[in-house]
Amino acid sequence: MDPIIDLLSWMLILAGSFFVIVGALGLIRMPDVYTRMHAGSIIDTAGAGFLVLGLMLQAGLSLITLKLLFILAIFFFTSPVVSHALAQAALAAGVEPELREDRRADGMGKTSDGDKSNNKSKDPTR
Amino acid sequence: MFVAATLAILAALTLAVTRAIVGPTVFDRVLAGNSVGTLAILLLAVVGFLTGRPEWLDIALTYGLLNIIGTLAVLKFFRYGDLAYDQEDDA
Repeated sequence: MDPIIDLLSWMLILAGSFFVIVGALGLIRMPDVYTRMHAGSIIDTAGAGFLVLGLMLQAGLSLITLKLLFILAIFFFTSPVVSHALAQAALAAGVEPELREDRRADGMGKTSDGDKSNNKSKDPTR
Repeated sequence: MFVAATLAILAALTLAVTRAIVGPTVFDRVLAGNSVGTLAILLLAVVGFLTGRPEWLDIALTYGLLNIIGTLAVLKFFRYGDLAYDQEDDA
């Protein structure tokens, strides 16, 4: 195999491994569900993308490349769908995101300390 | 170098399973389960190349299709308490 393509594919595989580790670390260390989804989607996009691209360069042009392309397409279409469903289900079940300040227009979420500063613009009966 | 990728994916799998065990809400567990599925697909692909048998990619494809169905089914179950939920019953 052409050594340049070989080197490129090893670099892609190493980058994919790095992003997979980063995403998994974020899955452990992030504070609430929504930020964990942000970290977990790194595995689906950068990690899987780089890894599968590196494997495609290793495989050359064959049926294996097509199968890897299908795996990439599955990730491309299902990862946003699952993320959306998960975030909507968590929000509907009443899991509040951890906010330092509430930027939503009606201010319906709980804030830790932001209520003092924007009390004047709000409905006083609230 | 395939070994390095395999070890990285195994380490990530360990972290994801840890999150699935300790996760405070059910959504943390569902997210971790989805990540475990994704990592299993990648592990199947890389180990297939490692052992020189890329036919494992077929199993990886099947697992990818099962992964989204399973995640959405679990989410629907925990939202409605029933997989055969009918919108019109809700009134």
